[in-house]
Amino acid sequence: MLTLTCPHCGVQADETELSPGGEAHLKRFGPGSSDEEFEGYLFRRANPKGAHYERWRHTYGCGKWFLAARDTVTMQVFGTYPAWLAEPSDEMRGLVSGQRAGSGVEPGTPTEPEAAQ
Amino acid sequence: MVEVTLSAPLGMISLRGDHGDAALREAVTAVTGTAFPERLRIEGTSERGAAWMSPDELLIFVPRDEAVAAVARLSEALAGVHHLVADVSDMRVCLRLDGPGAREVLAKLSPADLHPEAFGPGTFRRSRLGQLAAGFWLEGEGARVICFRSLADYALALLRQSGRDGAVGYY
Amino acid sequence: MSTRLSRGGRLIDRSRPLTFTFDGHPYRGFAGDTLASALLANGQMMVGRSFKYHRPRGLVASGHEEPNGLVNLGAGERMEPNQRATVTPLKDGMVALSQNRFPSLDLDLGVVNDTLLGRFLPAGFYYKTFMWPRSFWKHVYEPFIRKSAGLGRVPEGRDPDRYEHFHAHVDVLVAGGGIAGLSAALAAGRSGQRVLLLEQAPHWGGRALVDEPEIDGTPAAYWVERTVAALEAMPNVRLRLNTQVSGVYDHGYVIACEQLDGAGPRQRLWRIRTKRIVSAIGAIERPLAFAGNDVPGVMLASAMRDYLVNWGVSVGDRVAIVTNNDDAYRTALAVHRAGLIVPVIVDARPNPSGELVRQARELGLRIEAGRGIAKVKGRGRVTGVSLCALAGEGAAIEDIGCDAVAMSGGWTPSVHLWSHCGGGLRWDEGQAMFRPDPAKPPRTHDGSVLVVPAGSSEGELRTGAVLESGLRAGAMAAGGEVLATVAARDAEEGPILPVWIMPQGAPTALKRKMWLDFQNDVKVSDVELAAREGFQSVEHAKRYTTLGMATDQGKLSNVNGLAVLSQSLHKAIPQVGTTTFRPPYTPLTLGTIAGVAKEELFQPIRKTAIHGWHERHGATWEPVGLWRRPFAYLRPGEHVENAVNREVLAVRNGVGLLDASTLGKIVVKGPDAGRFLDMMYTNVMSTLPVGKCRYGLMCSENGFLMDDGVVIRLGEDAWLCHTTTGGADRIHAHMEDWLQCEWHDWKVYTANLTEEWAQVAVAGPRARDVLAKLGGLDLSPEALPFMTFREGKLGPFDARVHRISFSGELSFEVAVPANQGLALWEALVQAGAEWGVTPYGTEAMHVLRAEKGYIMIGEETDGTVIPQDLNLGWAVSKKKADFLGKRAQERVHMANPGRWLLVGLETLDRSVLPEGAYILGRGENTNGQKNTEGRITSTYFSATLDRGIAMALLDRGPERMGQVVRVARKGGEPVEARVVDPVLYDKAGERLNG
Repeated sequence: MLTLTCPHCGVQADETELSPGGEAHLKRFGPGSSDEEFEGYLFRRANPKGAHYERWRHTYGCGKWFLAARDTVTMQVFGTYPAWLAEPSDEMRGLVSGQRAGSGVEPGTPTEPEAAQ
Repeated sequence: MVEVTLSAPLGMISLRGDHGDAALREAVTAVTGTAFPERLRIEGTSERGAAWMSPDELLIFVPRDEAVAAVARLSEALAGVHHLVADVSDMRVCLRLDGPGAREVLAKLSPADLHPEAFGPGTFRRSRLGQLAAGFWLEGEGARVICFRSLADYALALLRQSGRDGAVGYY
Repeated sequence: MSTRLSRGGRLIDRSRPLTFTFDGHPYRGFAGDTLASALLANGQMMVGRSFKYHRPRGLVASGHEEPNGLVNLGAGERMEPNQRATVTPLKDGMVALSQNRFPSLDLDLGVVNDTLLGRFLPAGFYYKTFMWPRSFWKHVYEPFIRKSAGLGRVPEGRDPDRYEHFHAHVDVLVAGGGIAGLSAALAAGRSGQRVLLLEQAPHWGGRALVDEPEIDGTPAAYWVERTVAALEAMPNVRLRLNTQVSGVYDHGYVIACEQLDGAGPRQRLWRIRTKRIVSAIGAIERPLAFAGNDVPGVMLASAMRDYLVNWGVSVGDRVAIVTNNDDAYRTALAVHRAGLIVPVIVDARPNPSGELVRQARELGLRIEAGRGIAKVKGRGRVTGVSLCALAGEGAAIEDIGCDAVAMSGGWTPSVHLWSHCGGGLRWDEGQAMFRPDPAKPPRTHDGSVLVVPAGSSEGELRTGAVLESGLRAGAMAAGGEVLATVAARDAEEGPILPVWIMPQGAPTALKRKMWLDFQNDVKVSDVELAAREGFQSVEHAKRYTTLGMATDQGKLSNVNGLAVLSQSLHKAIPQVGTTTFRPPYTPLTLGTIAGVAKEELFQPIRKTAIHGWHERHGATWEPVGLWRRPFAYLRPGEHVENAVNREVLAVRNGVGLLDASTLGKIVVKGPDAGRFLDMMYTNVMSTLPVGKCRYGLMCSENGFLMDDGVVIRLGEDAWLCHTTTGGADRIHAHMEDWLQCEWHDWKVYTANLTEEWAQVAVAGPRARDVLAKLGGLDLSPEALPFMTFREGKLGPFDARVHRISFSGELSFEVAVPANQGLALWEALVQAGAEWGVTPYGTEAMHVLRAEKGYIMIGEETDGTVIPQDLNLGWAVSKKKADFLGKRAQERVHMANPGRWLLVGLETLDRSVLPEGAYILGRGENTNGQKNTEGRITSTYFSATLDRGIAMALLDRGPERMGQVVRVARKGGEPVEARVVDPVLYDKAGERLNG
């Protein structure tokens, strides 16, 4: 069960105090967008095995949304930051790639399926 | 041991606004007569004080019969400042946990760190108590809990049962 | 015969005798006994029957790994199945029953499975037997499996006990209070960090106190006592006995179960967050696989020693020892010292040579090196063993009489807590064991190591190494250096010889009697069969054979099973690997998991300010989210349907009161609030004049209708949005999501003030008359026209009165501060008495709105319905450039004219249509099912119209007014219904303008 530090109130929140909100940094496409753009915005998700940027709300606390960079396999959390950023900061990207040196995995990019056992 | 009771009605005011705004800080401290509460803090008491609810929200406590006037005073002081102030005296109830076991009763129900290092006098924590959303802090010889009024009966029963179930002997 | 010796037993208090019963026989024990030690003391070796073959089963172990000693404990509502006798403290008056036997333990009819069917119940028996024919699944196979599945009986009645949780946040959690855990806690405690030490047993020190090595120049018991005292003196350290660490989860979340023994709760579930865990939970001895190793009287060597030293119980008078390592010699020496006979030590190793071996030789004990056991003699009880050469095929060399066999196949570190969060294992060839691989530790949220193994749980078996490992682990977990060392002295040990079956060339006939998993009746022959049938993965073989399943969870059977599998597959053991260790370590009761949340505390119930009045006036309740709303108010003797009809007619003809407090009330304020609401709602809210109300729809970004309600404009920059009862929290969160994440630079604040106000709908032709009696606010049609609101005093109340209607009648919704809610309600009841004012519930509300064709979120909508489907296109702005859901509603499927659209239905026979029923189309689909062309969304008996009415979504519905459709009905012919306008009552809307 995860703990994530809410960047707004500083509480190291228990997963039971949080609500998940899916993938972060989606760009909204509204009226005037193409079907492909809209489909991508509404339905296409990276669902990576590895580093992932995701949305969480500190529901049972300050009520604020924040974003977390987390490895979906190891559960390592690289950092959390406010939800209004359109993209991860360079610092956050650095943390993610630094912690995963050599893996060459860019967040949001699905990794190759594991070789058959 | 812990005695759990419903507190007498409090005057409570919700204020949303920019905590960095000097006018807002001044308006708040003028009403409470305490310092401005910083992150995860409560200044003063449930009689008169203010608690930090979120980066842009406070819960201000005043005596019940002063609530309407305090709302007016805040609105006046904050004219021209983007804010939202509302009398929420009836929205929540406050429960008193009187007795040395208050910390353990809360720790039976909340996933928050309630070790004295993390939860001391002046700490205001919003979290869960079992299935309830609640805020709590130390006050007097015990603790205070606020939760939505509709849940008052459940919260009372829950805290009382947890008190009756006895000390854990941890804190 | 097992019996109590006249001396010894460091854990029992012979001055405190206790009585208990087992299968109805009265027995005696002492305080400090476990149920198992007390049973053995009374000569009760046999404790149950095995799962599949119903073979007699005796105690094998002395701890949580015990596979056979599972009993039904207690009586009546406190009866609990599958309780391990080996870890159940004996209590006076205890009642225990053996399991899985019929009609009795000694005479069991299921044993036919063994004697006659044994060869027909091989690995995968279930999968092979219960497949065909399909028609047998439900009525032949399932009843059979259900009858034979499971071990104990399901308890009857409610559990009368209480349970609780406790949350603790620590820096270092030490699991296990043996000498490794104690030294780890000592090292971690010195750092000043928060340390919690948990031990599952009722006493500290673990197995060291059985074998009594020397620590710090004193007997181990003294060291344990001093160390516990030192830890208790540290203000930053907490210690608990009787508390088993049950599971380790992500980010240092740990659960542990504490057994309590007092007036309060029965068990306490500790929910712990820790930065680091020291796993010092010891090791478990492995059985050896030889024919007849399941006969009662065959026991783990360490367990036999435990019974002797801890409880003064001998398992037999003549104990044969069989081993592949030195540790079992400790049992031989202990048995000998107790004055009992060790007729032979069968040692698989050709040249055993350690210090303990020398001691045994010096005492004149007979050691048969390079030998194995070909077969155990006896059925309900060991009578002897046949010796053979280990290397051979099992030809008997000699029979030796004995009444107990102590076996040791070496030790398996308990790696469960290391592995729960993914810690990897390595195979230690020298010690023939899987142990934690320091290169593959489980990690926590910041990527640092979560679990540090210590002591025999790490794979260290010698006392000095265990202590050193504990100190190192404790210091490492606390992030510091090892500051002290502890000297220890125990016997030098020679190397172990891995032995997986005995003898090595055993033929199938012997392998069929070599048990790997005693509880699930899995034998060497079963695992070999699985391998032959292609189950190469250990995970598959486990499930196919049931090896290590149920309560064992790999404790006793894991390594032997996978070693046999690896041999069958001609692979090395590390290549085959282990199955996955999952929490909990031992089963948890559901009560513990639920904690305090049972009975009246099971789930929170939200009550409005007027709840008590409803309760006193006959309300039956409808759960709406966590709220309880009155469904209808029953008069004495009144049937609920009659109550609903009465309430509906009262509103149509007089006046009714509805507690509408649960409706969500969200204030939205700020310079950008209008712009924001125009994005939230499908229609325009920014143009709403101050003092007016407007009905609004909210769609998800996917275009589907998610909520509706009346929005009022409080002031220049402030609006109040009403939501559905269930929607308040959800819609507030939805608004905050968009404000915080997408339009974070817009100046808007929201506040969910739902609970600040109580709200009462006063509806019916007499509504204004009732309110007028309270005095105050002018509520005349001129002062308060339809879809407006006013604030002010209504009698003594601080009110906001909205002229809105969900019933089609003249209607006012009055909001007052919640603490005034009950008084307002009572004042209205009193004021309305002369017009027969009638409180009405949610069902009457539904009927009233359905008669008017008003939609209800959750009835007409189901997450796939757009406003246009419900003829609400008028409330969807064509002018606005954008709002949530607009783009989605432009998709081809949303604009498809073939969507199911809202209509009213009237049954030709006036009956009430079934809820959720489908409207039948023409023909059948490719699966031979009838095609459908619509479905019923709401259906009621309308007292006003004296007939069944319904709302439905129907293919091109509005084009088909007057047509007759057929609605499916379960167990009967379809019902015919005429398609009509959904507004069935007062189409012109004159009544609400009254």
